[in-house]
Amino acid sequence: MVDAVSSLTHFKQPLLKTPFHERARELSQVDSFIPWAGYTTVDVFTTADQEYFAIRNATTLFDLTPMVKYRITGVDAESYLNRLVTRDIGKLKQDRVMYCVWCNDAGHIIDDGTVFRLGRQEFRLCTAQRQIDWLLESAVGFDVELSEVTEQIAALAVQGPTSCATLKAFGLQGIELIKPFETRHFTVEGMNIMASRTGFTGDLGYELWMDPQHAEQIWDRLMQAGNSRGIRAIGSQALNIARIEAGFLSPNVDFVSSEHTIRLGRDRSPLELGLSWLVDFNKGHFNGRRALLQEQRRGLARQLVGLDIDGNKPAVNSLLYLDKAGNREIGSVTSAIWSPTCKRNIALAMVEAPYFRLGTSLWTEIYLNRELVWERRMVQARVVEKPFFAPARRRATPPADC
Amino acid sequence: MKEHDAIIVGAGHNGLVAACYLARAGLNVLVLERNEYIGGAAVSRQLYKDFTYSNCSYVCSLLRPEIIRTLELPKYGLQIIPYEGGCTMMRDGGHLAVYDNHDAFRREIARHSKRDAESYERYARDVMRQCKFIKPLLMREPPDPTSFRPRDIQELLYLGKRFHNMGEQRMYETLRFWTMSAADFLDEYFESEIVKAHFSGSSIIGTALGPRSPGSAYVLLHHYMGDIDDTVGAWGFARGGMGAITQALGESLKASGGSIRASAPVEKILVRNERAVGVRLAGGEELFAPMVVSNMDVRRTFLNTMDESDLPPEFVRQVKNFKIRGSSGKLNIALDGLPSFPAIPPGSPCIRGDLHVTDTIEMVERAYDDWKAGRWSQAPYIDMLIPTQIDPTMTPNGKHYMSVFVQYCPYRLADGDWTPAKRQAFGDTVIDTIAQHSPDFKKLILHAEIRTPWDIENEVGLTEGNIFQGELTLDQLLFNRPIPGYAQYRGPVRGLYMCGSSTHPGGGVMGAPGANAARAILRDASRGSRAAH
Amino acid sequence: MNGGTYDCIVIGAGHNGLVCAAYLARAGKSVLVLEAAGQVGGAAVTREFTPGFKVSACAHLLHLMPADIVSELNLAGHGLKLASRGLSTTALRESQSPFTLDAAGLSAVSIRDAAGFQAYTAQMRKFAAVLMSALDAPPPRLGTNELKDKLSLLRLGWKLRKLGRRDMRELLRIGGMNVYDLLEEHFETAELKGALGLDATLGTNYGPRTPGTVLSLLYRMACEGAAHNEITAAQGGMGAVCEALAASARAAGAHIRVNATVSRIVVESDRATGVVLAGDEHIRARTIISSADPKSTLLGLLGTRHLDTGFVRSVRHLRGKGLTAKLHLALKELPAFRGVSTQQLRGRLLIAPSLDHIERAYNHSKYGEYSSEPVLEISVPSIDDATLAPTGSHVLSAIVQYAPYDLKGGWDAARQKFLDIAVRRIETFAPGLSTSVLASELVTPVDIERDFKISGGHWHHAEFAFDQFFMVRPVPGAAQYATPLPGLFLCGAGSHPGGGVTGLPGRNAARRIIGMN
Repeated sequence: MVDAVSSLTHFKQPLLKTPFHERARELSQVDSFIPWAGYTTVDVFTTADQEYFAIRNATTLFDLTPMVKYRITGVDAESYLNRLVTRDIGKLKQDRVMYCVWCNDAGHIIDDGTVFRLGRQEFRLCTAQRQIDWLLESAVGFDVELSEVTEQIAALAVQGPTSCATLKAFGLQGIELIKPFETRHFTVEGMNIMASRTGFTGDLGYELWMDPQHAEQIWDRLMQAGNSRGIRAIGSQALNIARIEAGFLSPNVDFVSSEHTIRLGRDRSPLELGLSWLVDFNKGHFNGRRALLQEQRRGLARQLVGLDIDGNKPAVNSLLYLDKAGNREIGSVTSAIWSPTCKRNIALAMVEAPYFRLGTSLWTEIYLNRELVWERRMVQARVVEKPFFAPARRRATPPADC
Repeated sequence: MKEHDAIIVGAGHNGLVAACYLARAGLNVLVLERNEYIGGAAVSRQLYKDFTYSNCSYVCSLLRPEIIRTLELPKYGLQIIPYEGGCTMMRDGGHLAVYDNHDAFRREIARHSKRDAESYERYARDVMRQCKFIKPLLMREPPDPTSFRPRDIQELLYLGKRFHNMGEQRMYETLRFWTMSAADFLDEYFESEIVKAHFSGSSIIGTALGPRSPGSAYVLLHHYMGDIDDTVGAWGFARGGMGAITQALGESLKASGGSIRASAPVEKILVRNERAVGVRLAGGEELFAPMVVSNMDVRRTFLNTMDESDLPPEFVRQVKNFKIRGSSGKLNIALDGLPSFPAIPPGSPCIRGDLHVTDTIEMVERAYDDWKAGRWSQAPYIDMLIPTQIDPTMTPNGKHYMSVFVQYCPYRLADGDWTPAKRQAFGDTVIDTIAQHSPDFKKLILHAEIRTPWDIENEVGLTEGNIFQGELTLDQLLFNRPIPGYAQYRGPVRGLYMCGSSTHPGGGVMGAPGANAARAILRDASRGSRAAH
Repeated sequence: MNGGTYDCIVIGAGHNGLVCAAYLARAGKSVLVLEAAGQVGGAAVTREFTPGFKVSACAHLLHLMPADIVSELNLAGHGLKLASRGLSTTALRESQSPFTLDAAGLSAVSIRDAAGFQAYTAQMRKFAAVLMSALDAPPPRLGTNELKDKLSLLRLGWKLRKLGRRDMRELLRIGGMNVYDLLEEHFETAELKGALGLDATLGTNYGPRTPGTVLSLLYRMACEGAAHNEITAAQGGMGAVCEALAASARAAGAHIRVNATVSRIVVESDRATGVVLAGDEHIRARTIISSADPKSTLLGLLGTRHLDTGFVRSVRHLRGKGLTAKLHLALKELPAFRGVSTQQLRGRLLIAPSLDHIERAYNHSKYGEYSSEPVLEISVPSIDDATLAPTGSHVLSAIVQYAPYDLKGGWDAARQKFLDIAVRRIETFAPGLSTSVLASELVTPVDIERDFKISGGHWHHAEFAFDQFFMVRPVPGAAQYATPLPGLFLCGAGSHPGGGVTGLPGRNAARRIIGMN
């Protein structure tokens, strides 16, 4: 017993290391690590800008291992997931992936993530946050087995215009044929790799899922294969710019899981987040269905929209107003960046009804720190369509130069 | 004949808080304390050479930040340092530690149950939701629901509105939370026995309830309501022991012109023409003031310090029915060095927090069964701390002070009165319990002060040694506390007020009863002076 | 297989199912009651436990059903006869003579208590009457903008206010208290406190020191008050009450089918539209009402896939593990209790010598043990009811506590042991009893679960506790009899206000369903 106790390290080093950690440390120039879902991960390797441009211009490697992964199997696996998420899992074919959200009873989002159909009765659920409590509670009455497999599967996002070519050179023969949201299994030098054409960048890209034992070897080979295609490792900051351009949501940034909110009215429904295309009211019962139907009947109180803001100062944390004087507050910005590709000042924002209609003009309150002097600007913005950036290559199959 | 505007009976923390507020409002205040030292149950005393003990209360979590700030307590020496963790040691040699770091704590719980590690977030969320609802009520005067006075109706509406603003689902959660048992509550979150046992501890501290008694979930919350530097639920040490709080209050009081007389036991609260007019001290000396504020519990105030004939009979009956039960004991131990606890991993900061040895809820419940039968728990629930790891000023260098809060220990034993031999036997039970988890513990003991509820009553004056001046059960909370119809800090005769933990929102070193009472008194005083003009 | 179409299907022909069906039928609905057993009654049934000897399987005295239900459904006209009325309650004492709980009986024991008892009873009945106004109607929802919810809350508030300041304060104070403290405030005689304390704990997971026992006592007294505070026994046992309820329902047009086990509730387009019986017969109805316990109904017959996870979580956490057993003895002759008159013997005899005694008996149950010295409510119904036993012989029916559902080691190994303990315990007050025993039966919560399909074998279906009471009974989201699934309702003891042979959940549910159309 005493030995087991003295071997405990979590109070000394609470964060886990991914199988790519040593490689990341070698490449990290600025030693900028941040915690993510219990792991220590890279925020920036060199500079966020350089890394970002690699996403839109070449090939990037992003360590996805901390994504929480669940294995769901059993006779009822499909009906279980159908009751859990708002989309129709019955329509998810083998070797395909679906982006999904799931809600609590009140129709408020608990989380979003991807569901992989690995077999008739075998699925993988990938999410940003741990939630075994909810998943197990949801399993009552279903013949399913559920386990967290985060540590058993290492994952790497390979994204960017040259990613297909890089992967082909790496040894994934036929990678160019897999369509968006498709998966395929490969063997490279005896190493099993599952590739899915998924990602968080809105660009051409893939995600590789592998045995952690092979992680470093695969990393090294990828770096080699991508050497001539501008490959580089990226951290969370660069990814964040890309995902805002793509209009993707980030948990705890654009919404807070309804399992974690303390204050009333901070929960968000998929309809409010502009994700009504993910809600299938015709598939039978699912968590939150009755509440969402009611919300649909009542009409939305607010919605997450894209903003195009004048000027070039990101409207981080800005409050939104109907008038320049700032008398009537109508929402707030959840994510904001200067988009290096679109050359636009963009943001995702939660806006009250009825001001979330496309084309609505509103005012953002931006604070600027200019050599320690704070200035307040009221800047005009418009509600615009998302995504802000959606290159054709993200869907092209086969991609160019592959 | 008027020497003072207000006399406060008892220099406990609530008496001092009330006095401070009154003095700051310009009243001439005198605090009378029967002991030669001030502080009541929030004291630091040296009973063993060069060792400072927090003899009674031992944790500073509930003291309202607005009081600390308004009364400028840091200026008068108060510093509060948060715990670094905590730990329950198990009988099989295992343990569950609490860590500040979110990921470390998650991984720690996951050693016992992966699911519990994640359910903990739901637990923390729900407790926090309840805290958010209750916290603003702490510093308010409860309304009388039977009254049609505008103030009461307004306050009832405020309560109703706050409740209503929670939304339908959370209103039901609140109804359930306030009435359920801690064991049932914890069952809704956790599967691991050790996790439940650890969290159940705060549901019973200071009360004559077991973790399976409905209402204990509220007690659990009561202990979570404190916040240190905006970290809700955090517990901390007062540098220099709990006496530092009352010392700072005393200094703050003096700075605003109030005075304190120690060794001045009040024998009687004097009533003339249905009005409290002053007090008589044990020596016969009489002191007069138009307002008398009692920091003593209601039983002691009205049954021991007043003439029954001065009070309405119905009120006296209600006071006699007020539930105030001794259920806890305390050991203060001087140690020659830091005891080793093999269950705790070397280097773990959890040893600098609260340590426990009860590893199932059943154990806690059985400890309660002993109390019901009129004996101290044979396997007691223990809340022990070694504050000298954080605050080395309390002992000589390298030595340590250990505070051991023990539950349950009855005020009345089934087999007759407390005797020195029984007190020693009680202490031995506790020391043996700790020694089961620390092989060198007994060897390190230099001195041990053992306090039974009987001792606490005799020395501190808390009836039956009840640390909350009255049970925190539904029938004695909010507008029922202490007596229905008298929950607004005013006694049954004019000029008489209550400011102790017997009043809303109850016990713990919180100071809210004192501050609320002062507000009620000042409102009456300004109404009185308006009437006089 | 198609079994037709109805306005309403009521699952289970227990007393609440039948009351609900009768009221629905009287409101003009076409009603079908489906009962799995071979006769109506559910747990309110009279069974032959040994040849020639019959007894009410669970509750054995009729004192909780509001008089207006009895008269509205004209139970007398449908065959209900009372074997005995105005039954007394007698507290047995270890070494002194027993006393009856009334002014005369108590004055022999304690003049102070005799006087106090009158005042106490009067006050408690007044409080109980206030509570009754809440028990007699569907609970309001909180936080809605609906007038009916607001009115319902206002009505309750008004009833409270009308008590007057002093009584209102007292009710608000004692409402959340434990019965131990309450009785200590009022009385000195240990057996009186024991007897009153037993009433507060019968059928619950409570000891007298458990906060909430005053509420359970008031609940009992509220129902008793609505039944004109008279303890009676039905001729033919509790089963006869249900026979009369069934006859009343039939007379109003309801169909009742026995031996018809519902295997599942059918859901179409997110609405309950019917049931499927064992044997695959499908019967359709606009409204399905289940008198089965909430867990069996929602997690079993319906299934979690039609419900949301959070709601399932609350249902799963519903506490409902019984701690009450029933002892049945077939006796050669009339039992002789020391010092007990024939008149007293016709009523309730209580063995609960003190509050501490009950509490000690309860302590065991917390750890999965049965009480080493149980507390009992005893009745010898055959004195006034010849239908229950052969001439000259008698049946003794006793409620025995505590017998936890989750007994360590299981009941199969322990049933006989606990039965013997209970008989021995009675024998200390009735010497020679055991030599008169021809046959015996102990019905534990596990048996109740098996025989009557009540998960956990709890009398109240769901533990009667503050956090499972009124607008949170059985769980938020189903407290107004409607479940989250449109068309599916609850009407059993697990719903507001709770268990006991009251018929209140059944009537409230029927009113709610009628009111919705």
